Amino acid sequence: MTLASLTPLFASAIGAAIPLLLAALGELVAERSGVLNLGVEGMMLLGAVTAFMVVAGGGGLTLALGAACLAGMLAALLFGFVTLTLQANQVAAGLALTILGSGVSAFLGRGYSGNPAKLAFTELPIPGLSRLPLVGPALFSMNALGYLAVLLTIATAWFLYRTKSGLILRSVGESPVVAQSLGLPVISIRYAATLFGGLMAGLAGCYYAIAQFKMWQEGLTSGNGWIALALVVFASWRPGRLVLGALLFGGVTAFGLYLQAVGVQVSVFALSALPYVATVVVLAAISRDQRALRRNAPASLGQSYFGM
Amino acid sequence: MLRTPWRLVPRTQPSARMRFLAPLMAVAMTAVFGCIVFYSLGLSPLKAMQVFMIEPLSTVNGVSELLLKASPICLIALGLAVGYRANVWNIGAEGQMYLGGIFATGLAIHFHDGGGHWLLPLMVVAGACGGALWAAIPAVLRTKCHANEILVSLMLTYVADLLVKYLVYGPWQDPASNNFPLTVAFSDNAIFPLFASFGGDWLEGTRVNVSLFITLAALPLAWFFMQRTFAGYQLTVAGVAPSAARYAGFSSPAAVWMSMLIGGAAAGIAGVMEVAGPIGQLNDRWTPGYGFTAIIVATLGRLHPFGIALASLLMALVYLGGEAVQISLQLPKAISLVFQGLLLMLILGCDVLVNYRIERRPAADAA
Amino acid sequence: MSPSLPLLTLRGIVKRYPGVTASDGVDLDVHAGEIHAVLGENGAGKSTLMKVIYGVTQPDAGHIAFEGESVVIPSPKAARALGIGMVFQHFSLFDSITVVENVAVALPGRVDLKALARRIAEVSERYGLDVNPSRAVHDLSMGERQRVEITRCLLQSPRLLIMDEPTSVLTPQAVDQLFVTLRQLRDEGTAILYISHKLDEILKLCQRATILRDGKVVAETRPDQETEASLAQKMIGRDFPECRKREHGEGAVVLEVAGLSLQSETPFGTALKEVSLRVHAGEILGIAGISGNGQSELLDALSGERTADDRNAIRLNGAAIGALGPLARRGLGLTYVPEDRLHAGAIASMSLTHNALLTAHRRGMVHTGVVNFRAAREYAARCIREFQVKTPGTEALARNLSGGNLQKFILGREIDQEPKVLILAQPTWGVDVAAAAAIRQAVIDLAARGVAVLVISEELSEIFEICDRIAVMAGGRLSGARPVAETNAGEIGLLMSGMFEGAASPAAAAAIT
Repeated sequence: MTLASLTPLFASAIGAAIPLLLAALGELVAERSGVLNLGVEGMMLLGAVTAFMVVAGGGGLTLALGAACLAGMLAALLFGFVTLTLQANQVAAGLALTILGSGVSAFLGRGYSGNPAKLAFTELPIPGLSRLPLVGPALFSMNALGYLAVLLTIATAWFLYRTKSGLILRSVGESPVVAQSLGLPVISIRYAATLFGGLMAGLAGCYYAIAQFKMWQEGLTSGNGWIALALVVFASWRPGRLVLGALLFGGVTAFGLYLQAVGVQVSVFALSALPYVATVVVLAAISRDQRALRRNAPASLGQSYFGM
Repeated sequence: MLRTPWRLVPRTQPSARMRFLAPLMAVAMTAVFGCIVFYSLGLSPLKAMQVFMIEPLSTVNGVSELLLKASPICLIALGLAVGYRANVWNIGAEGQMYLGGIFATGLAIHFHDGGGHWLLPLMVVAGACGGALWAAIPAVLRTKCHANEILVSLMLTYVADLLVKYLVYGPWQDPASNNFPLTVAFSDNAIFPLFASFGGDWLEGTRVNVSLFITLAALPLAWFFMQRTFAGYQLTVAGVAPSAARYAGFSSPAAVWMSMLIGGAAAGIAGVMEVAGPIGQLNDRWTPGYGFTAIIVATLGRLHPFGIALASLLMALVYLGGEAVQISLQLPKAISLVFQGLLLMLILGCDVLVNYRIERRPAADAA
Repeated sequence: MSPSLPLLTLRGIVKRYPGVTASDGVDLDVHAGEIHAVLGENGAGKSTLMKVIYGVTQPDAGHIAFEGESVVIPSPKAARALGIGMVFQHFSLFDSITVVENVAVALPGRVDLKALARRIAEVSERYGLDVNPSRAVHDLSMGERQRVEITRCLLQSPRLLIMDEPTSVLTPQAVDQLFVTLRQLRDEGTAILYISHKLDEILKLCQRATILRDGKVVAETRPDQETEASLAQKMIGRDFPECRKREHGEGAVVLEVAGLSLQSETPFGTALKEVSLRVHAGEILGIAGISGNGQSELLDALSGERTADDRNAIRLNGAAIGALGPLARRGLGLTYVPEDRLHAGAIASMSLTHNALLTAHRRGMVHTGVVNFRAAREYAARCIREFQVKTPGTEALARNLSGGNLQKFILGREIDQEPKVLILAQPTWGVDVAAAAAIRQAVIDLAARGVAVLVISEELSEIFEICDRIAVMAGGRLSGARPVAETNAGEIGLLMSGMFEGAASPAAAAAIT
């Protein structure tokens, strides 16, 4: 195994990690406010099909990006209305959102299945740095969304831990009852966090459609929304560890591709199953220490709250 | 936040009337939404709704297809309802169904040239074991490692799908299939007999088969288990009052195991109904989504066997309608998935009326 | 009546909830520089009234004036802007963040945490409130948390401070300390609304008292002209019921705990450290202490909801039961009435018949896995009859019973299983006076029949009233038990703050390091 052959492995690991990071970051913020939105997969698909259609319709990349975010937020708004205003069970509503998102995206994208994207995000190498051995192409030759993901991660971590609004958001997630008694607008804060989750999922979907796969097909995101959910648990609801987790999962995906590339005789189906199996294994390993997990988990996660 | 002139007021008691009405409201609202979608696609809503909801039922064959689809959905939903009552969220029934199909197919292939009347019952048992085995993985990870069963069971559905593909592209591929990803067609011993095969000209050409009896038997059985047995009571307590279950000493791992195994076994049998029924083999296109539809059916049916039976018929109709509009109106099949998702979202929304009522916000409060 | 203009005036406040009128035309005047008691039984409408004043809920009718001006208080924020502060009975603090962050969350606008920490230190020192701004709240004792709450209110220099049942989490010594602070505030001109059902405190502290019953004001009085008995008479409308204690000899040890240690399950819970106790047949052992000192962990361990590592750590009639779950322990004669009666002791959304099945299913209600609902109904009916549970019948939902009636039903369900040992947690918390008396009497009568009883309660007066011996829980340790006749509230109070022999012993010290 030569150094040179590892370079594309790193690059593809990063490529697979970015959308996971984006979606998981949004979900992390939502969960920090106490909202468990299992509809990430559905919101991602909506974002993906929207971005693809905008580009197919002659729109630019920025427009596609904005539209994808908007689509994700609209889906999140529906989820928020049903769970936050109408008090529905968050688990069930998240499932409904995934089913709905899969259906609507398949319906809207029916004419585009298998088509290549007319326009796509391309790599923007940073002069000099991108030529570094091993990590150069991976870290310093990402597309615009990749750099955006890095910025958003830092911004989210800063928001959560360094601003008063972040403090308030975390507090609402710990105890909406206490937050309400202090006069904090619990429901509004949860709406905002949920919408941010939708925005980020839309962004991740956009990445799949017009940056990574550069095409549309039914179920394009192939369960990555669910993996993003598992990542949030893996990260113990901390943005820093989320980066680590996304890289790990990106690495698992890339590793499968790498094995194929170097001609190892493994069933393609076994390789495709790797990320899912890895998710299960990691989830089991990380959940073993319940005390540690509970210490970090937002105490009110997934519970409805009826504000006055 | 947005202030509306209305507000929700908690009811002192859940409204029994609304428990009954909310699903009906959701169905009606979905139908209205359907009309709007058809209209916006330039179709006459009435015509489209007729194609979607009425035409499939206008022939004996249509009714047969309805039962053929409703039966596995209903069976899976019954199994899932047991777990949902206990707040154990098995959402991987689709994958458990695949495993049931795989196990049954294994037997069918192995005894392709032999077998006897015992083969089919054996396949059913094997299918139940396959589904239960797949469901046992989230169960063991939940009880031993506290891993979230929602995520694990769903991840395993993707794995199960890949497993089916691996088998039909690889070891189980029919050598005579010209490289198509499918197994041999099952022998008669491995296929549920059609009702039509017992005579009756009016049944000519229908595909509904005797596996319907499995679902019909499961309905009263599920009712008895949920309403009359102590185990059913314990599961319900674990769901509605986890602290009380803990206080009473009802084992939480036992609840998880029972929920997952029952749900998995039911889904596994549903898988057998499919491969040993209308499909008659295993192939890579077999992704009916019944496992996910059953989640909606269980919710819509209020986790009650009677409600589940009705809801499964409705959802089967949505499937058939989706196929019908695809053929006669050239609309994508995905439209039925849209309706399914929307329906579930709407039931969840309408359910607010069970515990709350809407009233006008008093003027003093509007500030 | 004071000649000065009242700071706060309520006139004809009405607040209805579905099925109950919590405030029914309440009038109230609170003056600057006085400590004004609002007194009443559970459910008399005290909390609702305070929520109206603090803007948490809106009255359906009535009129509020502050400093003579008519006001509407739509939110707690608006109340704070007016100069109204409130210290809740269940503290409004977030466990996972620090004291200063907790204060910052409630303040409007941008906050400089360093400057805020300095102000917290200043204010807390001025009122003798010893608060360290940089500590995480989950590390604080209940008393410390209350001081944080008070400091947070004082930072906004309130004109009116509402204290809702502030002493339920305090040791007697800490109560005295709190009173010093409150008097200082009063002397500086702050009005204090003091909500309590503890009569002795009101006599000691308050200049005026408004007494509520069933949502109505039944009396306005000056505590210095009253006695405990006269206040009680006004509060419940008749004389205070008293329990009849019965004499009995000491029996054999029924329940024995020896050197029980257990980690807490909850992130910020208290671990049990070498807890030992014995309960004899016919005896009531009381465990006093402020909640959060390991009581819930001890209850989990005793009931079997969590099993001990050492099966011999808990013995019932000599048999090691430490490794058994609740079902097996109940089979051996250990029954338990938990603190959270609506969510743990009962299934809120189910009928009393179904609730009888919850723990009494062994009494002929299940045959070969199938439930005999008639047997369950008969059992429920017997509990209702024997313990005078007020309910339409066995098919009433548990959540539609009042706290007292539900507690009587649960107690009846556990007692009718003819236990050898009964464990009770906060048996009369939130229960009306009549039901509380009935419950205490039932427990005393049970002990007189030779059953060993263990009561864990925050209410010291209750423990002194019904128990034979008292032990105290603090920081996850349990003091030795002493006979009621040989101790007093002062001594128990000291123990409650953790000053007992066990804490200083070499073994315990070793356990800490």
